[in-house]
Amino acid sequence: MGIVSPGFQGRPRSQEPALPPGQYLTEDFPVLSAGPTPRVSLDTWEFVIAAENGNEFRWSWQEMMALPQETPTVDIHCVTHWSKLGTTWQGVSLDTLLDGVDTGAHFALAHSYGGYTTNLPLDDLRGGRAWVVHTFDGAPLPAEHGGPARLLVPHLYFWKSAKWVRGIRLKTMDEPGFWETAGYHDYGDPWREQRYQGD
Amino acid sequence: MATGTPARMPIRWQVARLVERRVETPTAQTLVLEVPDWPGHLPGQHVDVRLTAPDGYQAARSYSIAGPVVDGPGGPRIEVTVQRVPDGEVSPYLIDVFGDGDPVEVRGPLGGWFIWRPEETAPVQLVAGGSGIVPLMAMIRARRATGSRVPFRLIYSVRTPTDVIYADELRRRVRDDFGLDVAYVYTREAPEGWRGEPHRVGLADVNSHGWPPDLRPLTYVCGPTGFVETVADLLVGLGHPSRQIKTERFGPTG
Repeated sequence: MGIVSPGFQGRPRSQEPALPPGQYLTEDFPVLSAGPTPRVSLDTWEFVIAAENGNEFRWSWQEMMALPQETPTVDIHCVTHWSKLGTTWQGVSLDTLLDGVDTGAHFALAHSYGGYTTNLPLDDLRGGRAWVVHTFDGAPLPAEHGGPARLLVPHLYFWKSAKWVRGIRLKTMDEPGFWETAGYHDYGDPWREQRYQGD
Repeated sequence: MATGTPARMPIRWQVARLVERRVETPTAQTLVLEVPDWPGHLPGQHVDVRLTAPDGYQAARSYSIAGPVVDGPGGPRIEVTVQRVPDGEVSPYLIDVFGDGDPVEVRGPLGGWFIWRPEETAPVQLVAGGSGIVPLMAMIRARRATGSRVPFRLIYSVRTPTDVIYADELRRRVRDDFGLDVAYVYTREAPEGWRGEPHRVGLADVNSHGWPPDLRPLTYVCGPTGFVETVADLLVGLGHPSRQIKTERFGPTG
């Protein structure tokens, strides 16, 4: 526990649900992005998994929509301290996309239209914990929230859920992404409060 | 002293004390915090501020640092400008309750992207919406403090004239800091004698008061999400490359 702030009580917490340390609840959906929002046409959109052996697996928008769809309801936690509970999405599980991808890689680097990247262990994309989502709250995902499609990896801080996702490169060595290069944590577990390098 | 390189060492919480408070607008105040072990920062970086209640409950928020480190008798001082968020948990405390000499925990500097390095030579355009001015003011102050001659243009959108944070200082700097231009956009109420109607920032504002794309300016946009989305789209439409445009968006973060 830190030093007590004289006169600080904070919000009533009897009914507060369990949140990761340092997080507060928001009903809004704030946006964290580093640059302009890319506008991506569904006609040219594609999602590519590139394995470390050079094999590539591609899906057009139509092909992505034809895959089995899931509707995860999950809590999301942003490194800027807000959490939003019970958000509902629709998209394709990474288990489905990685099925049939032969790889010995341990790491993944997600990359986006607009140039954003973020790294995470490949295992964290498996086991029903990660999706490529295109629908939020029953409506097409707005561009400022990452539409047409973003990664959703809710058990890690939300910057790992790359907006405008374009593909995933599978790698034998971990390679820091955009925010990770700027000092943010390579893994980003909100329950262990891994916000910045060294946490 | 300032480093923008990512530290692999943990950035630790440390105890800061309030040494000075300045009222900027009816809803915004600048807090000057003495932070004995502050490692230095770059303009545009932010700091996390953490409050702890007697039962151990904690609340943390990120605030942009408003200017360069100032050396005080008790050690380095940093300034943050806090905008009151109605029904917020942290900002009303910092504005109404937090008193002279009171301790607070801080952690930083944080953020290695939305920064301007004074050794940069490209012209700079800054576009602020409301309290989005804070990290941009840090850049304007650092420009002067380091003697940079890089030309700066600021477009500052506010609701009314009384909502202008750092109003006097900006007036003074436009007069004294050679190569700084400031243009205001009023969305609800313009000052007496203002030509034109209150309006939201649009193509004409960005086009007339920013730099043309062929000068390859660095652009920093900070404000509420809708504002940043609008301005960034306009800049891209005018031909500014996306990678030259850095944005920071905020919602109500209490």
